[in-house]
Amino acid sequence: MTEHKTESNTGHNTALLAVAGISKRFRGLAAVSHVSFEVRPGEIFAVIGPNGAGKTTLFNMIAGAFAPDEGSITFAGERIEGLRSDQIARRGIGRTFQLVRPFPALTVEDNVIIGALMQTKTVHDAEKIARDILARLDLLDKRAQIASSLTLPDRKRLEVARALATGPRLLLLDEVMAGLRPTETDRIVATLRDLNRDGVTILLIEHVMRAVTALASRILVLHHGAAIAEGDPEHVLRDPAVVESYLGAESL
Amino acid sequence: MTAITLNIIVQGILTGLVYGLMALGLSVIFGVMRVVNFAHGEFTVVAMYAAFLLFDMLGVSPLLSLLPIAAAFFFLGYVLQRALVEPFISRAEHEQFILLVGLATVVVNGLLLIFGPDAHPINLPYSFDSYTIGPMFIDKVRVFAALGALAICVALFLFFRYTRTGTAIRACADNLTGAGVVGLNVKQLYAVTFGLGFACIGAAGTLMATIADASPGLAPAYTLLAFVIVIIGGLGSMAGALVGGVLIGISEALAGFYIQPSMKSMFSFALLIIVLVLRPQGLMGRRL
Amino acid sequence: MTDIWQRLPTRGKILCLVLLAAAIAAPLVADRYLLSVLILVFYFAYLGQAWNLLMGFAGQLSLGHALYLGLGAYTATALWTLFGIGPWIGVFVAIPVAAAAGMVVGWLGWRFAIEGVYFALLTIAFAEFTRIGFDHLQITGASAGMFLSVNSPGSDKWWNLGGGPLLYYYLAFILAAAATLLVARLRRSPLGYRWLAVREDPEAARAAGIDIFRAKMIAMLISAGMTAVGGVFYGFYYRNLFPSQVFDIGRSIEIIMAPIIGGLGTVFGPVVGAVLLTPLGESLTALMQHFGVNTPGAKSIFYGLTLMVIITLQPSGVWPWLARKLGLDNRPRP
Repeated sequence: MTEHKTESNTGHNTALLAVAGISKRFRGLAAVSHVSFEVRPGEIFAVIGPNGAGKTTLFNMIAGAFAPDEGSITFAGERIEGLRSDQIARRGIGRTFQLVRPFPALTVEDNVIIGALMQTKTVHDAEKIARDILARLDLLDKRAQIASSLTLPDRKRLEVARALATGPRLLLLDEVMAGLRPTETDRIVATLRDLNRDGVTILLIEHVMRAVTALASRILVLHHGAAIAEGDPEHVLRDPAVVESYLGAESL
Repeated sequence: MTAITLNIIVQGILTGLVYGLMALGLSVIFGVMRVVNFAHGEFTVVAMYAAFLLFDMLGVSPLLSLLPIAAAFFFLGYVLQRALVEPFISRAEHEQFILLVGLATVVVNGLLLIFGPDAHPINLPYSFDSYTIGPMFIDKVRVFAALGALAICVALFLFFRYTRTGTAIRACADNLTGAGVVGLNVKQLYAVTFGLGFACIGAAGTLMATIADASPGLAPAYTLLAFVIVIIGGLGSMAGALVGGVLIGISEALAGFYIQPSMKSMFSFALLIIVLVLRPQGLMGRRL
Repeated sequence: MTDIWQRLPTRGKILCLVLLAAAIAAPLVADRYLLSVLILVFYFAYLGQAWNLLMGFAGQLSLGHALYLGLGAYTATALWTLFGIGPWIGVFVAIPVAAAAGMVVGWLGWRFAIEGVYFALLTIAFAEFTRIGFDHLQITGASAGMFLSVNSPGSDKWWNLGGGPLLYYYLAFILAAAATLLVARLRRSPLGYRWLAVREDPEAARAAGIDIFRAKMIAMLISAGMTAVGGVFYGFYYRNLFPSQVFDIGRSIEIIMAPIIGGLGTVFGPVVGAVLLTPLGESLTALMQHFGVNTPGAKSIFYGLTLMVIITLQPSGVWPWLARKLGLDNRPRP
């Protein structure tokens, strides 16, 4: 109940990211239809839903991989729908890819330097930023390795590191825990919580419920491209519609 | 339209069909394997020399040597794919390309070494005959070449549509993983595809030898021509290759007559640039 | 610049200094023929650097660099023969002319999402288009070519590049050395990092805030401009220009040899490739002539076979392998 009150009190002016009624169709098939939600500064917001629910499509629209057919996306008070992905990145939205794609032939450090060059003009400063971030993500002693030689968990961390190096105000994480062992998941969860405490707002798509419940302050549930529930984890995860469409199916 | 313009357009269409057959080979190889055969024109000229030698030394008419040369080229392509190209299938695009650039360089300079830079014409008894249709004079050899090209194209269409192997190859082109899963021998099918592409080259080169004089200098020009046609027609589209070939044939014939023969390929390149700007997927290609 | 120097291991520093000293002192001992081979080595190292910038760093395959070479050569040569404007000024016209051509090619290709080999084909198409155009351009002598007088009075001066082999030797050496330094510097610059990102994964590069179209266009601009300088050198060194030679696809392939053999995307690859390949090609020609075989195709067959062998067996080139062998690779191995 209290959660509901705060939500109505936070108007459009306080949301970092405001998604309003966006839709996307592929060859007539509605991948996302009329989805709206807001991410407030400093929170961790999770989008969950079964496979094919439209999570990644939603993400790709926010990150600028393609434009929504209708609706608006506002970031920090500025309309960003339809901008190119590099323009969106420069406005302060960092992202990871569901299938990790670090720059394969470059070293771990060079990967992160490239991200850092978005917030600084000199390679020297970018190196400093990169070192800090690599240390944070436990990759510092692997900095001279070629990215393609890393293990999957390390590549996922590298992907987060590169996105983080751009100095984003909002970090979009697309299933960074998928395919990780529980200990690895816990390690990333701890890192993300740490980052969030330092002021990075996070929007994540996640399948691993253990991570979602540990991290998210609010959750949006997508089903067949439409939002079927939104709110704090406690309420959302008990919502009958959610249990039936998603959680139930998975836990059975 | 004046009778002479019409005459030139018809001649252009006939030449264009042979171009189309050559380009079809490129399109088939690319459509299935995603490999760009940069040595396409070089091998077309090899086929022209083969037709020339058979005619010059044994007196075999190109219309008779058409099928044997196409068959020999099928095996040439099959072997080349197995020995040279196969290890490159999963490698970077530019590496495949550089391999074939190397091969093209070797082939064209090999031809230069063996035959010298001069042109070798095939003088058939009917080389200068023509059919008179109304006000038009149509070269007899050009009609034969065009009909031959058309026949082989139709045969290839039917092969891909109605035979087991043809269907299997189309399956590889559509969904490689799927093709592997259902137990198709992808390596074998790739080699057959490369062979078919080369059979097109062999046939096109033989037919080409009747309407143009074989010389090594033609090789890079034909490679480019094949690319231009395939890009204009739409990559991986069989009908597109023929349409593109006919368009280029007409453009070359008109430019050659009204402007200057040596400038005709400038118009092909201009056509290519226009198509790329207005319809990047090519005339018959699907949007990506 | 000091930064690049410091990154070299001690052995590398010594090797660099020794090679530089050898290059500067070479004319003292080299005869005219050897000097002409060395001029070609530096010339191909220079052009290789220019091409490698676009392909090795930004990942864009151009097989039409003869376009920029030819435009550079024709611009400077025409300015001198037609208007008496010397090459030292002419080069500053040649660079923007070639760079503008590069912009047209890049814009047409990348704006319309023509990538990879299709982009390469587009570059060939433009080079061929221009070749045919110049074959019919009367003011530059059309297909009959354009000539610079050899040893006419007053032409033998450094300011119009009319000097002997020594002038060209040092000019080529300075070009190659300067290009290598420039590339080394760019490699460690923000721009260089952006190019690598575009080469490795354009979409991920975008997500890191990189305007990939802009990054590619800048690479093209620099690469085409540099190649044009090589073209000016070509025009005045050979003193004759034919569209069928300077714009030829063979010319473009010649340019890409050294970086591919030496190592794509490495700073020293083009130099190593040129040092290995040019003397081999030249001695092959000399050997054939010695045995009375005069065949224009032999050298090209050798180049073609070398391309095939290297790309099959050592696709990353000779330099990365050589650097490891010589202990010049300062990257700790995993």
